[in-house]
Amino acid sequence: MYGNLSIVEPLVGVEQEDPEKLAEFEERIARGEKIEPTDWMPREYRRQVLRMVEQHAHSEIIGALPEGTWITRAPGFKRKLALMAKVQDEVGHAQLLYSAAETLGKPREQMVNDLLSGKAKYSNVFNYPALTWADTAIIAWLIDAGAIINQTLNSKGSYGPYARALERICKEEAFHLKYGYDNVVTLASGTKRQRQMLQEALNRWWKPIMHFFGPPDNMSVHSQKLLRWKVKMASNDEMRQMFLDAYVPKIWELGLTIPDPKLRKNPETGKWEYSDPDWDEFWRVINGNGPCNRERLAVRRMADEMGAWVRRALLKPEKQYVAPLF
Amino acid sequence: MSAPQRATMRSLDPRVTRLQIPEELSEFHPKPPADEWEPYEVFWKEKPGDQPIHVGTVHAPNAEMALVFAKENYCRRGRTYALWVVRTADIYTFGPEDVDIFATTPEKTYREPDAYKVVQKLLRLKRRHHSSQEAHEA
Repeated sequence: MYGNLSIVEPLVGVEQEDPEKLAEFEERIARGEKIEPTDWMPREYRRQVLRMVEQHAHSEIIGALPEGTWITRAPGFKRKLALMAKVQDEVGHAQLLYSAAETLGKPREQMVNDLLSGKAKYSNVFNYPALTWADTAIIAWLIDAGAIINQTLNSKGSYGPYARALERICKEEAFHLKYGYDNVVTLASGTKRQRQMLQEALNRWWKPIMHFFGPPDNMSVHSQKLLRWKVKMASNDEMRQMFLDAYVPKIWELGLTIPDPKLRKNPETGKWEYSDPDWDEFWRVINGNGPCNRERLAVRRMADEMGAWVRRALLKPEKQYVAPLF
Repeated sequence: MSAPQRATMRSLDPRVTRLQIPEELSEFHPKPPADEWEPYEVFWKEKPGDQPIHVGTVHAPNAEMALVFAKENYCRRGRTYALWVVRTADIYTFGPEDVDIFATTPEKTYREPDAYKVVQKLLRLKRRHHSSQEAHEA
């Protein structure tokens, strides 16, 4: 559903790389070539791509939880089937992404350990609850819309296994987006109470949606380098602008209001202006103190513990770990 | 005497509430190595007549389970005609230090049809043949 290097980490040690190899590597990327697992790459490229793909994998697996909340109470059998399929897709995406991340040298067990211990980060939006059915509709439409913007860009990125995984993921996300839109339009064309439920869900999710692409990265030296390496394909603010361009008119078209009195497109700059999305809250939640962080972690841990006996019963200890080829 | 009741997590998701997860986060035990099993490579053919293509990997404890997981991961949409899995460890390939063995292949242009400019030669031949014929007739 979502993955982004939304918080740019400083690049370290790039100046210690062999300048000749580094130049050749950067030329390959500039020519549009993909980097494959066994190719030479700067250590910092490996670390940053791994961090991004791993966070994306965790986000998919945790992202299944807020929407899964409504599977048992989906309004009608067709919507229940569709929601189950969507949630399954998300878990499948995690599988694809863990495999892509593993090609960079971190075994899957270690990645899952980092998620379960609380060390690893995942997309902040999933630390918020889906209070009503309308929340799942807003998530499926607008969070997945944000994800598609991010992932379509990243599928043109330089790391081969990640780009290939994203191409497959984007095809499936197209259904999520349309399914979410269908649910939103249904509620918007419904009774007064249904419209109110939808408006309240949008009000609740607007802030997380504005947080979705991450804090402004101000095009630092680090993000310039990551753009040149095609690890990042656009700045966080650029992606946020793309999202607003595409979806604010669609939201207004439904007669919904966006809970930000300052939101408007400046006709001179052509850019959207908005209130400060409260980045303090973003940092508070990503550091573990959001409304659902503890539950998400507890549920993941419980699921892992409950499946442990199956995994161990089928385990052949003589088997040696190898990284997937992808 | 019954054990004291431990507070369990109440969630918006009834399935989570039913799990009776203790309010206190359980102790974290790191996974042992290979707990997520080993990787298999997945090959897929959309329809008869297609070449099978490599589509990705799955982790599984054995080939049968790998095939089930591959179906769930890679055949979720559209058509599928055939699906193969093979243990990653069983794939034998050149190491990264040897990939340059293919480097000179594109240079061996004498194996390409484009390297042979037959038409020009043929035209030359015809011109010569024609002129010698004219000479003969004269």
